[in-house]
Amino acid sequence: MTTVTHAASPTDESTQPSPPTTGWRTRLKDPGSWAEWAAPLGFLVMVLIFQSLNTTFLSLGNIEAMLAAAAILIVLATGQTFTVATGGIDLAVASTMTFSAIIFGTVFAAGAPVGVAMLASVAAGTGFGLVQGLFIGRGRITDFIVTLGGFSVASGLALVVSDGQPTTIIDRFLLRFATGSVWIIGYPVLVAVLVAVLAHVVLFHTRFGTHVLAAGGSEEAATATGISVARVKTAVYTISGSCAGIAGVLLVARIGADEPAANTQFLLNCVAAVVLGGVALVGGRATIVGPFFGALLLTGLTNGLTLVGVSQYYQPVAVGCVVVAAAFLSRYQK
Amino acid sequence: MTQTTIDPSSPTAPADVLVRASGVSLSFGNVQALKDVDVELRRGEVTAIVGDNGAGKSTLVRCICGVHTPDSGTIELDGSQVSFKTPEEARRAGIETVHQNLALVEDLTVWQNLFLNRELTRGVGPLRLLDRRAMKREAQRMVSGLSVNVPEVTSKVRRLSGGQRQAVSICRAAGFSSGLVIMDEPTAALGVQETARVEELILRLKSEGHAVLLISHNFAQVMRLSDQVWVMRAGRCVAGRRTAETTGEEIVALIPGAQAA
Repeated sequence: MTTVTHAASPTDESTQPSPPTTGWRTRLKDPGSWAEWAAPLGFLVMVLIFQSLNTTFLSLGNIEAMLAAAAILIVLATGQTFTVATGGIDLAVASTMTFSAIIFGTVFAAGAPVGVAMLASVAAGTGFGLVQGLFIGRGRITDFIVTLGGFSVASGLALVVSDGQPTTIIDRFLLRFATGSVWIIGYPVLVAVLVAVLAHVVLFHTRFGTHVLAAGGSEEAATATGISVARVKTAVYTISGSCAGIAGVLLVARIGADEPAANTQFLLNCVAAVVLGGVALVGGRATIVGPFFGALLLTGLTNGLTLVGVSQYYQPVAVGCVVVAAAFLSRYQK
Repeated sequence: MTQTTIDPSSPTAPADVLVRASGVSLSFGNVQALKDVDVELRRGEVTAIVGDNGAGKSTLVRCICGVHTPDSGTIELDGSQVSFKTPEEARRAGIETVHQNLALVEDLTVWQNLFLNRELTRGVGPLRLLDRRAMKREAQRMVSGLSVNVPEVTSKVRRLSGGQRQAVSICRAAGFSSGLVIMDEPTAALGVQETARVEELILRLKSEGHAVLLISHNFAQVMRLSDQVWVMRAGRCVAGRRTAETTGEEIVALIPGAQAA
């Protein structure tokens, strides 16, 4: 006969103190949580600065424009968060998005209804992510190399499928989706928020999410407790691919066409949003809220600099500086 | 000494054999790591395996907990023969291991680590969500009995001291084990006070009816904690002694083989 410890005394439950939660006071003293909140705080500071320099920054019209511009980045950064949480990175997100957008255009041009084209786009992204994930998880090839190769393959495939030509997509439903809004929040932004909320639930309220963080935090411990790290890795790159596919749909909706362009700025910005969001590049620590605000911050930064009349040539410089500063803050994250 | 029913409320009840390994041999290529090893582990007892580095202690333990499958010989659990292909199967059969590296994820909280890959969920079908509240409550109950002071189940393992981490890892093994808890050098990295607390914990597991398999290089500790000592040398189990009937000197002497078994 054996006794299981936690079931040893079932009657004294009422005498046990309920698990205390970490108070905000203790969080405030900890520089690590400052790094975690870098994006929301930086966002607030940025809003205050730009608003004091140019009052149109917080006008409803400009907020609407910023949100619309941020939607794609939010979706990409959400997917990227999963790969970074396992200590990996998906360098192919932006080109997967381009490839998905091209599939959208090609399927639509072939006469399929727009809904089918959208699904094809998401499926293409998911499939591409799955293949990358299998190479990384099952094939045990370094994520950096696989996704760098994937970056090239997806860009190439986009050119091959489209023959290097953009396709204009004229569809009433797509137009209504792209331009419609609830108050100042456009439908694409709603989609992005929905993706982020779903991702938050998956990461923090499912067994899978815990296993993602465990695999990123300590592959050894995860394996010892029976978690299949290979399966987790395959899944996170598939998720990243799906997000890239959704982003592809949003991209087509936004510009009304598919273009086999490289979209490299999306790759840099989405990694930047994830870093700004306090997600540890070594894996194991992640939030969805952080990268969400990181994406808003980067979009707002670009928008604000334009509003106050800074040449757009300076914008990559500003983004780069902000990201390195965020990475510096994350050094204190322990 | 071997009796099939015991009263769990009384730790002094005669213990019976939970795990019996007989004639276990295993070789890796040309290296014969285990040669015809026979050992027994009893319920409600701490069984120690001692031996020099490379004597085969860890290999034997890995055979019992499913990491290795023996080339020949049998392992019986509770009277029936078992053959674990993976550590998962051994875990499901109630054999838990406290790894030397503890297998904790520093960035997760204490309760997340306690329930790692055994998370409680609620909901139906594929839409199962974590029951965080239940896990925190259970975790609180699991650690509240520890003599080692674990601050809060919501704190991250990163913030815990070595002894606290060891306690969490043991607690996880004990909480889910229905039979055997294997501990590989549980106090190797700990200070004097923390070692004492972990030893208390091991004795408590024993009094709760678990079989505890202890690998330790610390002979004083082996003499303090164990009821039975098996001595291994060059892949063989060369001696078995009841701790009460032997001395530290005899055990030490048996290890390099100075004294005939």
